Amino acid sequence: MSETSSLTDWTRATAARMADALAAGEVTSVELVQAHLDRIAAVDGPVHAFLHIDAEGALETARAVDADRAAGVSLPRLAGVPIGIKDVLVTKGLPTTAGSRILEGWIPPYDATVTRRVREARMPILGKTNMDEFAMGSSTEHSGYGPTHNPWDLSRIPGGSGGGSAAALAAFEAPLTIGSDTGGSIRQPASVTATVGVKPTYGGVSRFGAIALASSLDQLGPCGRTVLDTALLHEVMGGHDEMDATSLDEPVPAVVSAALEGAAMDLTGVKVGVVRELSGADGGYQAGVTQRFEESLARLRDMGAEVVEVSCPSFEYALAAYYVILPSEASSNLAKFDSVRFGLRVERSTVEKTMLATRAEGFGDEVKRRIILGTYALSAGYYDAYYGSAQKVRTLVQRDFDAAFAQCDVLVSPTTPTTPFKIGERIDDPLAMYLNDIATIPANLAGIPGMSLPSGLAPEDGLPVGFQILAPAHEDARLYRIGAALEASLAAEWGGPLSAQAPELEVAQ
Amino acid sequence: MSSLDRSDVARLAGLARIDMSDADLDRLSGQLAVIVDAVAKVAEVAGEDVPATSHPIPMANIHREDVVRPSLAQDAALSGAPDAEDGRFRVPQILGEEA
Amino acid sequence: MTTMTYEQAMEEFDPVFGIEVHVELNTKTKMFCGCANEFGAEPNTQVCPVCLGLPGAMPVTNQKAVESAIRLGLALGCSIRESSRFARKNYFYPDLSKDYQISQYDEPTCYEGSLDVVLDDGTVVTVAIERAHMEEDAGKNTHVGGSGGIQGADYSLVDYNRGGVPLVEIVTKPITGMGDRTAEVARAYVATIRDIVRGLGISDGRMEQGSVRADVNLSLRPKGVAGESQDDVPFGKRSETKNVNSLRAIERAVRFEASRQASLLLAGKPVVQETRHWHEDTSSTTPGRSKEEAEDYRYFPEPDLLPVEPAREWVEELRGTIPEHPAKMRARLREEWGFSDLEMRDAVAADALDLIASTVAAGTSAQAARKWWMGELSRVANDREVALAALPVTPAGIAELQGLIDSGKINDKLARQALEGVLAGEGSPSEVVASRGLEVVSDDSALEKAVDDALAAQPDVLAKIQDGKVQAAGAIVGAVMKATRGQADAGRVREIILQRAGVEG
Repeated sequence: MSETSSLTDWTRATAARMADALAAGEVTSVELVQAHLDRIAAVDGPVHAFLHIDAEGALETARAVDADRAAGVSLPRLAGVPIGIKDVLVTKGLPTTAGSRILEGWIPPYDATVTRRVREARMPILGKTNMDEFAMGSSTEHSGYGPTHNPWDLSRIPGGSGGGSAAALAAFEAPLTIGSDTGGSIRQPASVTATVGVKPTYGGVSRFGAIALASSLDQLGPCGRTVLDTALLHEVMGGHDEMDATSLDEPVPAVVSAALEGAAMDLTGVKVGVVRELSGADGGYQAGVTQRFEESLARLRDMGAEVVEVSCPSFEYALAAYYVILPSEASSNLAKFDSVRFGLRVERSTVEKTMLATRAEGFGDEVKRRIILGTYALSAGYYDAYYGSAQKVRTLVQRDFDAAFAQCDVLVSPTTPTTPFKIGERIDDPLAMYLNDIATIPANLAGIPGMSLPSGLAPEDGLPVGFQILAPAHEDARLYRIGAALEASLAAEWGGPLSAQAPELEVAQ
Repeated sequence: MSSLDRSDVARLAGLARIDMSDADLDRLSGQLAVIVDAVAKVAEVAGEDVPATSHPIPMANIHREDVVRPSLAQDAALSGAPDAEDGRFRVPQILGEEA
Repeated sequence: MTTMTYEQAMEEFDPVFGIEVHVELNTKTKMFCGCANEFGAEPNTQVCPVCLGLPGAMPVTNQKAVESAIRLGLALGCSIRESSRFARKNYFYPDLSKDYQISQYDEPTCYEGSLDVVLDDGTVVTVAIERAHMEEDAGKNTHVGGSGGIQGADYSLVDYNRGGVPLVEIVTKPITGMGDRTAEVARAYVATIRDIVRGLGISDGRMEQGSVRADVNLSLRPKGVAGESQDDVPFGKRSETKNVNSLRAIERAVRFEASRQASLLLAGKPVVQETRHWHEDTSSTTPGRSKEEAEDYRYFPEPDLLPVEPAREWVEELRGTIPEHPAKMRARLREEWGFSDLEMRDAVAADALDLIASTVAAGTSAQAARKWWMGELSRVANDREVALAALPVTPAGIAELQGLIDSGKINDKLARQALEGVLAGEGSPSEVVASRGLEVVSDDSALEKAVDDALAAQPDVLAKIQDGKVQAAGAIVGAVMKATRGQADAGRVREIILQRAGVEG
């Protein structure tokens, strides 16, 4: 171990710093990976961000990267920087469960496109992160393998469905993670853990190999502790893939350069729209959430942005449309978990009884609820009233966004109405749980990109508040420019990233 | 639109191939009825003239050339199978007809 | 209960029927993935995460399958929808890997067509086509234990090689007013579809391998009262007989179902709306498992795939590749070739029309081409149990062979030997003639010597010929042919014999 690295806690560094240090020979990938494995061993018991750790695989990649670097081989920017992957992505040779007992022990025979890109970027994969079962949830409490705990307060939820990916970042168990966002599953966990998460434009990142929840809403995206780190991972993940028919055939937006540009803190000429329906103007948002949001708006103005208010009246129906479209598509996507080709089988005398018993035992209550709801919404006689109507609402939501973006470059809102709630608090009240995603869902319905980044701690509870930025489809770079500017402005006041303020976790011996 | 009752849930669970005990039905029916009532408002807003959006980014004609790609090896294909025999997936007795 | 014959049933009732034909396309790869679309591989070796329905996998449409479907639609006179979509048909079954089938529902690519079907006596019936849509095939279940059928089996084994193979399903509108010709029309319709897909080259059209499969719907309704339109009489309850997989079976299934339903109706019993299975061995149908309620397939637009929006120019370009209707083409060829009805029917049945046409195009007379393909080559194909087209000889090769005969280089007997060589892979007809030394001996001095030798061995023949019994020369011709191992030009030998006898031929 070099002298420098022994003095530095590398788990606290940004991914960009790690990449530079690797390139400069300050640290080896093996050291970085080992530091994170040690950190995981120390804190992941109570946090439970990971479902599976691949120590040997990560170290093997790290050794190969170190050897290539020593031999002068040209390497990708993030080569050697460790990463955690949400368990929704299939990883050849690594257990993949999507948080469900029905897939316990399944080892996929193939890699998702994004998994392949991570491997091609030579990033050591630390393991698979916890999630709500099949990404259905906003708290990770619906994981078939037990909830993840928020590193800011272990009695609270880390958000969901990607609570594992967000908590791993907040607990310094990984510098970068991958998430998937169907109605806020990247942005909402980022918000409640004081990390950064981006849902790219629909089709901007290949979904091939991502276990589908709702195909027309799902989008994979990068998670990090800083806007620049998130941008670096975005460029690794993004780009056209012929294995996904819905993949956009266009270059990855230049998000890294946008993040660098934004860090200069000049937003002159930028028009920022506050969506009245998402801003808590009508009440219902926690006071500290509104306060931090207002302060961030002031910072944007200070940096030269013009802030205007816009209205998107049909957003009132977005939540209902979402909870029709998602369960409908999910009910079909989850049919394949039938005990025939992979996963759990509860054997009975006939194949039909076996399917009934397997799905009863393998799926949790939230999954069952949504499958039943979707089956209902698609069934004969109800399709037009539910699925058909929801698709029309989708058109209205898109029109509202089109009108809003005609007036401004980006739209902003608090990411979530509240700071993280206590584990168990809303578990028996599905509707209350669904309300967590009220501000994040419209972006998924319209396919547009969105980011959440920290805007401070709510004064009343000292817990993280997230700031959401939305941009028109294909304009992901705008998120990074505005986000990096706000981040830089806040960091200047805090003397560093908000994540550094997280309470120290008790370390296991 | 009428709300969902217990017998509806039982029928839908059958259609979705999820066995449900009486206790399951008791627990889930009430929650589902509340959710169904809440989402029913989707039908209130959009008129006849509003087109449906099934895909968020409008695109068309994304096709693949008719060129063979490698398949999985048989053992890889069967690697996750709960039961297999003679290179095939084995399942309990199928009652009913060929669909 | 009295059993009615088909004829009695048709006397008593007015039949209404419809046919769904599934055509398996012969693309190189499957409908939504790059796995090979080939029949007969080891189980589960032509599968990938997509067609195996593994978590995370996504479909991508095969461009060639879309093209084939549009060409088929055009051949059926269909309109091609400017924007059509795929939809998911949701139902659980072990051979359906994703537990939904990607098909088309309310927006099929091809719709509203019509097809002329020519019956044996030349009557033309126009069948209205409702739609032709794309979908994927399911895998194959094998039942183990019991009788080997699904009923009573101990367990089943699933092979997904066929899962995801591209299909086009062609659905007719209800066909009415055919009376006792219903069974014949049903058969002729499917035969015409088969000929069309072969002509388009989009499917091998082999019903015995399941690449063309038919489901037959049939119902009976009372004959209307005089003075009222039969169109106003409501349809009866129908049965759907699944997987009727030969032309003969289609005719028989219609006959069986008509008599069965008529017998029920006449006995005052109801016909149940149900799915039935066809049994080839007993030529009868039996009911499928009755469902307590109708299947609810919960169709919705496939969110993983995008609309199919073929450019008008492309559709027109494809329209230019559609061959003429098989019946019209046959009538034209029969005229051009001067074949009898029987000769034409035999050639069609042997799937030899294309082969004969290509041979004629290479310069052979139609009758000579027919003689080769329907004679010697059919015999060989039959012995080898292969299709004519699969024999290792091309129409050009046959034309070359016939050319050698026409130029007198070889005779019929030698030609058959040459063909044997060609089929054995020894080369082209000319090469085989050269390598086997099969050319006719036309060198007069060699022939004269052979004739003289033969005459010497049968001294009485010359006298007989001179007495006017010219047919006696045959014995000498035979002897010469034998001596030259068939390579003599029999006509020339005859001339020499007559010269020797001093008579003119």
